Amino acid sequence: MADIKTIIASRVAKELKDGDVVNLGIGLPTMVANYIPKGIEVIFQSENGFVGLGPVPDKGNENVDIVNAGAQYVSVIPGAQFFDSATSFGIIRGKHVDVTILGALEVDQKGNLANWIIPGKMVPGMGGAMDLVVGAKKVIIAMQHTQKGKHKILKECTLPYTALNVVDMIITEMGVMEITPGGIYLKEIRSEFTPEQVQAATGAELIISSDLKIWK
Amino acid sequence: MKNKTKTVYEAVENIKDGAVIMVGGFMATGTPEIIIDALVKKNIKNLTVICNDAGVPGRGVGKLLSNGQINTLIASHVGLNPEVAQRMNTDVEEDKLNCILIPQGTLAERIRAGGSGLGGFLTPTGVGTIVSEDKQVITIKGRDYLLEEPLRADFALIRGSVTDRFGNTIYNCSTRNFNPLMAMAADAVIVGTEKIVEIGELDPNFVMTSGIFIDVVVGGEKPWQI
Repeated sequence: MADIKTIIASRVAKELKDGDVVNLGIGLPTMVANYIPKGIEVIFQSENGFVGLGPVPDKGNENVDIVNAGAQYVSVIPGAQFFDSATSFGIIRGKHVDVTILGALEVDQKGNLANWIIPGKMVPGMGGAMDLVVGAKKVIIAMQHTQKGKHKILKECTLPYTALNVVDMIITEMGVMEITPGGIYLKEIRSEFTPEQVQAATGAELIISSDLKIWK
Repeated sequence: MKNKTKTVYEAVENIKDGAVIMVGGFMATGTPEIIIDALVKKNIKNLTVICNDAGVPGRGVGKLLSNGQINTLIASHVGLNPEVAQRMNTDVEEDKLNCILIPQGTLAERIRAGGSGLGGFLTPTGVGTIVSEDKQVITIKGRDYLLEEPLRADFALIRGSVTDRFGNTIYNCSTRNFNPLMAMAADAVIVGTEKIVEIGELDPNFVMTSGIFIDVVVGGEKPWQI
C-alpha cells in the first residue's frame, strides 16, 4: 500500500482543474505536483517570485538562481515568468491564485486555520502562509487526520490563528471534508474507514453527506 | 551618466554600528555575498536587518547572525536557520536577538510603500491573528483590513546579475525577489553584481531597477556553488 502522504497528495491532485494557477506549500503539498491527472494542465506559482514552476532538476543540472519557496533548487517550464516579491504577493492577495494547498496544525469547523506557530516550541515565522490563505480563491488543507491520535480538526483552534474563515476543504487519509457555514461535511470516505471511525478521529461534529462517496 | 563603481570596502565605509539595513534575497538566493562578507570583516554591531529570512548558517544574512552583529531581525520566515531560535532564547543578554515576524506579502508591500512615498496600505492579511495586535483595523465595503505602515532603512544591500556603471540592473530568475523593492526604500543603496557592463550596453526595455536608485556599484558577485 502506498504511504499516507502519497494517498493524500494523489487525492488532492484530483481537485485541480485545467488552467488553475496553484500554489503548493512545503512538505506534503509539494508532492501534489507529482499526481496531476492526465489531460489537466495546471500552472504552479512560487511565492518567492515566479509562475511556471517545474520539476526538481537532476543533480548537476541545477540553476543556482532558481529556488522554490522552500529553498530547493527547481526548474521553470517554457512560458514561465519571474517577478519581484510585491508583484508576487499582489498575485496572491489579488485573487489571481485559484487554489492554495497547505498543511495545518489545526483547522476548526468555522474554517479557521492554525499552521504557523506553537508558542514556546516552534516559531519559524508565517512566511507567505497568511497572505496565501487570505488571497487564494480556494484553500485546501492536505494533512494527516490526527497528530498521532490527537485531534487536529476541532470545534475551535487552540493555537494562534493563521487566518479566520479561510479553509474550504480538508483532505486527509480518511476522507474529504468541506467546510460550510453549517459545519464540516464529510463528502467522501476512504473504503478502509467507517463514518464512525472518522468521527472518532475528529474533534468537531461531522455532517455526513447524504451522497457520501467511497474513495477507493 | 555617472560611473558609480567602487571597491567593496569603499562601498561599506559609511555603514556604522546601529545601522538599519535591508538585505535582498530569499533564503540567500539574490543576496549580495561580497557585501555581507565586507560587513562581517568590518565587524560593526547592533544592526537592525530587514530581510525576508535569516539565510542559512554560512550564507547570506546567516553570516551576520553567526558573527553576533544583528540585534534586531525583521523577517517573514526564520525556521530554516536554527541559529535564530538559539539566539532568541539565549540567557546571555547581549547575544539576545529581537526577531520581528511579518507576513511575507506585508513585508514586501511595506518596503514597496516605503520606497514609493505611501503612508501605508490596507491588507486583509493578519486580520484576527497575532499580527493585528496594536494595529488599526479599517473596514472598507464590509471587509476588515489592517493598516500597515511603510518600512525604510539607512542602507539597502541588493544583488544584481548584470549592472551597468550607472547602476541600472537586471536580475536573473528568482534572484529578483525583494531586491527591486529595497533598492527604492533606503537612503543609500549598494548593488553587488555578477557582471558590470558599460553605460548604454543594457537594452533600456529590460532594465529592472533604475540606476537613479543606486548609489554604489560593486562587481565580483559569483554564482553560488552548490
